[in-house]
Amino acid sequence: MDLFNAVIQVLDSTIRLSVPLLLACLAGLYSERAGIFDIGLEGKMLVGAFAGAAAASVFHSAYLGLGMAILISVAFALVHGFASITHRGNQIVSGVAINFIAAGSTIMLGQAWFQQGGRTPALSSDERFGAIIWPGADALRSVPILGPIYSELISGHSVLVYVAFLAVPFTWWVLFRTRFGLRMRAVGENPAAVDTAGISVAWLRYRALICTGVLTGIAGAYLSMVQNGGFVKDMTAGKGYIALAALIFAKWKPVNAMFACLLFGFLDALSIRLQGTPLPLIGKVPVQLMQALPYILTVILLAGFIGKAIPPRAGGVPYVKER
Amino acid sequence: MAQAAIELIGINKSFGAVRANRDINLEIVRGTIHGIVGENGAGKSTLMSILYGFYQADSGEIRVGGQPASIKSPNDAIALGIGMVHQHFMLVDNFTVLENVILGAESDALLKKSIAKARSELERLEREYGLEVDPDAIIEELPVGLQQRVEILKALYRGAEILILDEPTGVLTPAEADHLFRILKQLKEQGKTIVLITHKLREIMAITDTVSVMRQGTMVATRETRKTTVEELAELMVGRRVLLRVEKGEAEAGGVKLAVKNLTVKDSRGVTMVDDISFDVRAGEIVGIAGVAGNGQSEMLEAISGIRRAVSGSVMLDGKPIDLTGAADPGELRDRGLAHVPEDRHHVGLVLAFEENENSILGYHDDPRYLWGPFLNIDAIRDDARDKITKYDIRPADCRLKTANFSGGNQQKIVLAREMEQDPGVLIVGQPTRGVDVGAIEFIHKRLIAMRDQGKAVLVVSVELDEIRSLSDRILVMFAGRIVGERGPEATEGELGLLMAGVEHREAAE
Repeated sequence: MDLFNAVIQVLDSTIRLSVPLLLACLAGLYSERAGIFDIGLEGKMLVGAFAGAAAASVFHSAYLGLGMAILISVAFALVHGFASITHRGNQIVSGVAINFIAAGSTIMLGQAWFQQGGRTPALSSDERFGAIIWPGADALRSVPILGPIYSELISGHSVLVYVAFLAVPFTWWVLFRTRFGLRMRAVGENPAAVDTAGISVAWLRYRALICTGVLTGIAGAYLSMVQNGGFVKDMTAGKGYIALAALIFAKWKPVNAMFACLLFGFLDALSIRLQGTPLPLIGKVPVQLMQALPYILTVILLAGFIGKAIPPRAGGVPYVKER
Repeated sequence: MAQAAIELIGINKSFGAVRANRDINLEIVRGTIHGIVGENGAGKSTLMSILYGFYQADSGEIRVGGQPASIKSPNDAIALGIGMVHQHFMLVDNFTVLENVILGAESDALLKKSIAKARSELERLEREYGLEVDPDAIIEELPVGLQQRVEILKALYRGAEILILDEPTGVLTPAEADHLFRILKQLKEQGKTIVLITHKLREIMAITDTVSVMRQGTMVATRETRKTTVEELAELMVGRRVLLRVEKGEAEAGGVKLAVKNLTVKDSRGVTMVDDISFDVRAGEIVGIAGVAGNGQSEMLEAISGIRRAVSGSVMLDGKPIDLTGAADPGELRDRGLAHVPEDRHHVGLVLAFEENENSILGYHDDPRYLWGPFLNIDAIRDDARDKITKYDIRPADCRLKTANFSGGNQQKIVLAREMEQDPGVLIVGQPTRGVDVGAIEFIHKRLIAMRDQGKAVLVVSVELDEIRSLSDRILVMFAGRIVGERGPEATEGELGLLMAGVEHREAAE
């Protein structure tokens, strides 16, 4: 039974840890499917996290915080669009620039506004998204096997967790069942075909980037307002890059993206769980190795296990009418 | 008086300093097939792009059906009933036929309804015009002929009454081209107006009612097709008399210079592209390899020139064998007198960002003539480049100009000059005149024949059947990685066409 409880706990933290990855990964999916590489997921999440926590603590409202996180993150996405769509700049350079601006400006503004070394004030429970307890979760807790699964894994998460997982089928539906999705996929494969069909390539790509901004904003809000009770500098800690890796791993498909992010979340949860615990046969494993495990596995998985991942063909290439 | 479907009045368009269209006047009569011919860069595609709303004219007026029209985007053109089939298909390769047809013309925000509506509409169009294609097929799995059909269906689905086709036969086999022409004639009978842009004069003669000729951005003449000749059109296009078929004497073939033995090549996916072929090229003859693109010619060329590793096979150069299965070094082959003009001059033949003089020694840059100790001898290289520019009439005559700024024909001359001036014993040339103007084609063909007459062995691979027939002393036909037949230059186009399509000679005779 101890083992069962341990498994439930690891899976529970898998869900919590994979949520920001999943939101960022889906965010990247919108932009890359439309042919815009977005290495700036990290930066957009970070500004979202900062804006969310800052607004929540000033206005004492979690929802205002979330709104601000989305707003600022979308604004950064539009800057990326302005550089790489309107001015046909290099998408990688623009994305990296956004990451730098995000890292620097959040610390600077945080210090200027709150004088806590770049942190935002600790959020009270009203200013955070609390857990939603599903009906009957406490009553069923004692039921063997199913009880803990229902009350721990399914119930008891913040609303943003459910948003993240509902975003998966929603994204699939948008991508494969709507006109917008068809056009978005087309513009990532052959923008000239979209242009000659009489659709604006730029506007379509901007709209995809707005979707990206919304999702990275939610991801950032999750980090600073759910996982943590406030903003801490550089709190995204490379999650934007892991999300990009997951996106490639998932071959740019929403449902695959969910499984990829759950896997990365699981590795993360496992490494936390196993810290300091002696493993059978191996003995005690250094903490650093456990912490590095998700990254090592990422490299191995990306290098050898996913087969050929074919990115959207027009990805990374600014659209210029032929001459 | 026949009614004009389209009138263009005083159209001007410049790109920077280049005047792509000057004062163009053109009237296209409803229900006819109107050809527009001209060399590359004559402004044909620009003019049609203006009509389709892809570019805006700097000045001038467009009238559609007698009414002045403002066409600011392809949307406006589509609304006026103008459809365009581009030279490079505007299709999304991993979408289905249906998805491509509805893209941009979806009837509903949800795909299900749009697709259901399009499916029945597509069936009607397919029946009406004989344009069968599986609506659920993925584009990249279709042969190019069918992909083009999808482009035509796309235009018709949008209600096109006027259909513009830009170089439609460049990628088609002769049989597919014939089929396309039948479709176009049928569309004409149904009252559609068709504008056909091409540089192939034979097609103009075969199918159009009226033909307009463009040269250097101006419209130089419009003729009724049945009252003109290929010779007249060629002269109008180039501005001087052109020899369409090079004059050449009998070949005096000598000993075998190049022998290819049991060559088998696989592509990167492991598919066998060249299947155990052997052939000889003798001194003083031109051997032409005919075939529809994608039947292994490219892989064969790459293997023989040492760029691609073969699964088996060797070449004998002057009687000495070179194994092609190992790391055959292109440099070694070159040193032993095998010069190669690659099919794809942009990616393999030239570094477009380099100056002309740098490209004119590329691959031979280790030659002591171009060196000064361990350094490049810039003066010698430039003098050498200037010589070649004069000898091959490369324009503009500026060896410091970036190679990207030369036209396709002149870029090809740069590559040819580089390879031919090394005085190789064997010359292999892929697509000698792809994307090259009529005037330059004549020049290149004359050069190749001169090489032959000097006793060199010349191997030419081309998808242009006319070119193969005009140049070759012997014609080998490749199909599905094999050589399926050898013919003399007197072979008819029909006979070669059947071989190219993989039809056995016996069946063809029946």
